Amino acid sequence: MKSMGEMLLNKDSQSEIVMGNTALVRAMIESHTRVVTSYPGSPMPETAEAIRSIPKEERPFYFEFSTNEKVATEIAFGASVNGHLSTVFFKSVGLNVAADSFVQLGLMKLLGGMVIVIGDDPGANSSQNEQDNRHLAHLSYIPVLEPSNPQEVYEYYKKAVELSQEKEMPVILRLTTHVCHAKQKVNFKNYTPKDFDKTPKFSSKDENYVPITSKVFPMKRRALKRLDDVKNHSESLDLNKLIDNNNSKKGIITMGAPYLSLKDVLEGVEEKPDILKLGMIYPLAQKQVIKFLKAHDEVKIIEELDNVLEKDIKVLAFENNIDVNIIGKTDLEDWINEYTPDKVFEVMQRTWPNIFKEQNTYQFDKPVENRPAQLCPGCGHRSAFYAIKKAINDDDITVADIGCHTLGFLPPYEMGEVLLSMGHSTSTGTGLSLFNDERKVVAFLGDSTMFHAGLPGIVNAVFNDHDLTLVIMENDTTAMTGHQNHPGSGENFNEEVTPIEIKDMLKGMGVKNVYEIDTYAQSKLTEMVKKAVAEKGFSVVIATHPCMLKFTREARRRGNYKDNKARIDQETCEQIHECVKVFGCPSFSIDKNGVVTVNDDLCIGDGSCIQTCPVNAIGSIQRGNK
Amino acid sequence: MSKNVNVYMIGVGGQGIGLLSEVLIRAFDYANIDVLGVDTHGLAQRGGTVQSHLRAGDNIYSPLIRKNTADVAIALERTEALRAIHNYLKKEGEIVYYNTSWQTLDVRLENVEETKSKDISDAAGKINAEVIEVYKEDLDDARMQNVVLLAELAKKGIFEGLENKNYIDALKDLMDGEKLKNNLKLFNSIVDQK
Repeated sequence: MKSMGEMLLNKDSQSEIVMGNTALVRAMIESHTRVVTSYPGSPMPETAEAIRSIPKEERPFYFEFSTNEKVATEIAFGASVNGHLSTVFFKSVGLNVAADSFVQLGLMKLLGGMVIVIGDDPGANSSQNEQDNRHLAHLSYIPVLEPSNPQEVYEYYKKAVELSQEKEMPVILRLTTHVCHAKQKVNFKNYTPKDFDKTPKFSSKDENYVPITSKVFPMKRRALKRLDDVKNHSESLDLNKLIDNNNSKKGIITMGAPYLSLKDVLEGVEEKPDILKLGMIYPLAQKQVIKFLKAHDEVKIIEELDNVLEKDIKVLAFENNIDVNIIGKTDLEDWINEYTPDKVFEVMQRTWPNIFKEQNTYQFDKPVENRPAQLCPGCGHRSAFYAIKKAINDDDITVADIGCHTLGFLPPYEMGEVLLSMGHSTSTGTGLSLFNDERKVVAFLGDSTMFHAGLPGIVNAVFNDHDLTLVIMENDTTAMTGHQNHPGSGENFNEEVTPIEIKDMLKGMGVKNVYEIDTYAQSKLTEMVKKAVAEKGFSVVIATHPCMLKFTREARRRGNYKDNKARIDQETCEQIHECVKVFGCPSFSIDKNGVVTVNDDLCIGDGSCIQTCPVNAIGSIQRGNK
Repeated sequence: MSKNVNVYMIGVGGQGIGLLSEVLIRAFDYANIDVLGVDTHGLAQRGGTVQSHLRAGDNIYSPLIRKNTADVAIALERTEALRAIHNYLKKEGEIVYYNTSWQTLDVRLENVEETKSKDISDAAGKINAEVIEVYKEDLDDARMQNVVLLAELAKKGIFEGLENKNYIDALKDLMDGEKLKNNLKLFNSIVDQK
């Protein structure tokens, strides 16, 4: 078996099949990055998995999962102003959480250099929006580099470090989902370990780090000046690529993953347009872009999500009086979803119908049913939703938060009807409770999310004495992104620590009514929520059990996993279908005669279904210890 | 020179699509064929559709396959096999699927009927695609269905230029100990079958 950890630390040059997220870690190591921080979120978690593959004592940099993206950013900043090369990475919407500190970075002199790696998510594969974080670069005067494949992820990170250290400014490396997850054979250079200088170099004597009132101006001036320098010298970084197809009529300016899609759809095209592929997205390499615009009659801009390049390029054309027809986004659909080869083909077909011919499609008689994401077999959230639904009225209002439990909004539970962002639920629930004497408000919140951004809403509910119930779905982990530990887990990325007990913490914060119950004790949970909802004021119910998927995996590893399977006694079963249709565990199958059986490939033997059967027809068998 | 091959893989979260695609990518690489791949999954839960794209050959850029252009579609489940034919399989392509069913919510709520093998052969017939149905009795662990499929692909020589040893080397890259032993035993028992 190949060891990822050994590959990442290998001192020789090498080629290996890796995904973008892994290539990034090799680049961090070769560049002698010293401090790396993050908060889990797709599409980035595999970066941390790659880091984890290196034993802690051999890891050439410090890494931690911080409690949220803002904290992670501040730690990387602090390390950088002390002279250490640092990197923070997180998902698209993580930047919103980090933004308060992030927007200040451009003002600062970052002694050690700092790279902010953002995993944007066109297509909203695992996010609540498709936000295009290139906008934030304009806002904060920070340059952006964007690779299109894992080889470029590796190369561009190193370029970002070079730029950041030379100018002592922050640099963004923007990735997108299918660049993070794409796999290819990447050619890595050699790695020369070096001893780090631990000397704390921070000095406020020669440099102002406190931007207050008029002290902001020189700092802003420097930020703009650095950006100008980058603009004028970005060609020397050799990040942009011209593909000259000898076409003086048509040209295309593009970037990132859409560039690869474009190359694919151009395969069948005879008169290929010239292509300028940008690796430096902000600020634009002015001379290169101007030259390209001047050399063509028509220039199409192919960019995913918003029209960020388009606006910058149109300004350049206007200011330089260039006679060229620039074709940007022409349809609302151009702003939506990922630029896969199919999408780029559609866009190009609409732009230049003469050179992009229609494609064949087929029609089938029978549609394929959807398979939406769902809670895992045995998931504690299913037990909780099933029990809580019995405790409240149909028209009571339930508020979801971010996490596995968000999926409760789907049938058959339909619990958690409104969602904004990480940790919003208590405060959105509070707003829903105002002037509302008729419909009770129940908010849900996962434990990792609570530590991340949920606490201010809870404190506010206490402080302003609001009337709602919060159910904390405590599963001891950050399950949705792959089971990362959080402050309540008893372990951080590097070592065991004393867990923060949620109940004690809430009591300490002044929450008067705190209940706690095993997630799987359905009837007790129902009674508890009934009681909590009936109380005037703010109440919290903690429904607690370790994530069942993690729990059974760990039991397997320890060798004490009991391979139980649910079984339905067909003689007792009256085909009420509570188990398959209301409780809705995917382990149940139903045949055309209404007979319910258990799919053993799915059942994990948690037994939570047993208590749902009104006629006690569900039991459990043991397949023996494995 | 290697001609381009598009492979589309699909299953349900928890069935082991990730391993299937990783083995196949490495097998192509061991056969000295340029290869790109990407897993496309939304939320990580078990139970949603998980897809993986693989492209091999000399002129490939994006790892993502276009609709109706997969030379081979591999599905770990019946409904997903039908989805693969509808969305990605090219005319006269090959669909290789493991004949098991993980019922969707709509089937369990009795809103729609479960996908049958006949639905798959009917849909494949529409585009003159070849259907290869795979199933192994008495498999100890459902998580090894992906290796049964890989062994069938190897045995039938579905991918030009790939030899059994390429698959085996790929498996050896990715697992060790008992797990490797069991999977190699299973793989060899299928490819050695007459």
